[in-house]
Amino acid sequence: MRIRQYLKPRTVSREVESIVDRLPMGNIGSLGYDPWGLNPDTAKITFMAVRWLYENYFRVVAHGLDNVPASGRVLIVGNHSGQLPMDGVLVSFAVANKGEGARLPRSMIERWFPSVPFLGNWMNSVGGVIGDPKNCAKMLEREEALVVFPEGVRGSGKPYRLRYQLQRFGHGFMHLAMEHNTPIVPVGVVGCEETMPSLVNIRPLARMLGMPYFPLSPLVPLPARVILNFGQPMQFPNDANSERDVEWRVEEVKDAIRDLIDAGIAQRKSIF
Amino acid sequence: MSDNENQEKKPSGAGGHKAAEAGRGGRKTPARRGPVGAPRDRSAKLGMGYGHRGKIMVTGAAGALAQHVIADLTERGYEVVGVEFRGVQDDYPDTVDYVIDFNQRPFEDVFREHDFVGIAHLGRIRFTQSTRGRRYSANVVGTSRLLRLARKYGVEKVLALSTFHVYGADARNPSLIDEEYPMRAANLMPETVDAVELENLFNIHLYKHPELNIVVLRPCNIAGPGIKNEISRMLAQPVAPCLVGFSPLMQFIHVADMSAAVVAAFEQNHPGVYNVAPDDYVTYQDALQMAGCRRLFLPSIPPVLARRAVRALGRLAPSEYLIDFFKYSVIIDGSLFSRTYDFTPQYSLSELFAHYRALK
Repeated sequence: MRIRQYLKPRTVSREVESIVDRLPMGNIGSLGYDPWGLNPDTAKITFMAVRWLYENYFRVVAHGLDNVPASGRVLIVGNHSGQLPMDGVLVSFAVANKGEGARLPRSMIERWFPSVPFLGNWMNSVGGVIGDPKNCAKMLEREEALVVFPEGVRGSGKPYRLRYQLQRFGHGFMHLAMEHNTPIVPVGVVGCEETMPSLVNIRPLARMLGMPYFPLSPLVPLPARVILNFGQPMQFPNDANSERDVEWRVEEVKDAIRDLIDAGIAQRKSIF
Repeated sequence: MSDNENQEKKPSGAGGHKAAEAGRGGRKTPARRGPVGAPRDRSAKLGMGYGHRGKIMVTGAAGALAQHVIADLTERGYEVVGVEFRGVQDDYPDTVDYVIDFNQRPFEDVFREHDFVGIAHLGRIRFTQSTRGRRYSANVVGTSRLLRLARKYGVEKVLALSTFHVYGADARNPSLIDEEYPMRAANLMPETVDAVELENLFNIHLYKHPELNIVVLRPCNIAGPGIKNEISRMLAQPVAPCLVGFSPLMQFIHVADMSAAVVAAFEQNHPGVYNVAPDDYVTYQDALQMAGCRRLFLPSIPPVLARRAVRALGRLAPSEYLIDFFKYSVIIDGSLFSRTYDFTPQYSLSELFAHYRALK
């Protein structure tokens, strides 16, 4: 609290203050927290830092932001990469900073993040939520926008040789979309694979530290250019008869994301 | 109702010994039914004029919450018999009429002597107060007997106080845990198994004996004047420990609000299990700062080092096996209770922490 009180007046510009204040954030309590730990003041401080990364370090270009509805429940589903959840941060920032119709999407984070000191609390305070179906369901009922990476650690922790190859998607997001009548906006993220290329996953070290993977990679993200392509919303009725039906629908989303990735790679002039 | 009138109504017999002399299994002096500091606005709004609405047994009558509940119930025209089974102290407040072990035969005499219409079972030996075996015997086996006697003597309403600890603290917990979420505490922290067993006991009776009209309340952290649970102890200390890099989101309910929740649940009586928590949240470290505590940072990784540090601090720190509650958020969804009983807490978090700040 004291660190926040110290940093906020020194780092947050009036412009950012007004941008974040305009974002719809339901259910913030009297002491500035929502049930998932989102704190607008911490979000403002982080917004400043992420804006610099977004504009100057990763030089992100986002296309199709109009496909993200300004209100109502929505799942923004993308490909996961880059060892760190930088893709989630950049996708969320792009939507929060898009001007008209901006909103703060909540990123679904890996379940082990809350067990990491500082990182877990910080991620919660800027809108991250562990990817639990109960969390997602409650947030969709509250008409929130969620950023989901159905590949999970399979995607983020994969080695560089598997870049831009979609890993197995969990089906949970599709069940949520169908049960809660929620549109899916696919997003293809290009560039995050190159921010932290991993040669190999050092499994014994990961096991020892209780982490899902331990990459042999640069210690800090490299300044690769990032391109985000948001696709048309996809709607799936809640009439699947079997898990096989669900799998077909998941494949439809994967295909849409693949197309968006291919478009992003074609748009990219240089990696760095 | 004056204190004297209350005293005149107090029964005699059943144990035959004054608690002050006899301790456990004995009998306490007649209770005073005076105010205990709870705000009177709520009852004033409801107005006076309640008639005699039957006798209620309140267990754990020496506790701060029970004292509020007893005062509130008395104001509403109930005649309250306070029972304490936690024979851990020499002197009891006036709210305690009997100090008796539920597993001992004389306990049935309390039922024989009083024609109870309801029981508010607020007493539970907390995790820190005794050994696991003793807790199990008192909390689970004792409560089983309490419920058996309740059936035998035709008690119409039973309210039980559980705790949000039954959900367990884990990094993977979702937020806004609802009543259907598994009680993972038995797996995550075996020391709390008696709390889970107690809940299971009530759940079985809830469906097997609907005539008891059981309501189980799982409140978040109860805090405020007189409360001596782990979190209140931390807030009341000038220096409170916290783990480096962890500041879990928490919920707090003021003891007077919790008393109002107990009374509402008892009077309106919609059988079932309910979380009780306000729709307001604060992190542990923010709470400590608002309560005027200085933070003492303990190492958080590796976990074994954190446990050692907590153990070394003794009474200054929370119990070792509750450490995960000071590490991971356990946020419960109290909306079902709020909707069902039209309940809104009256005290804000700022008012709650102001109480602890004033103590320093």
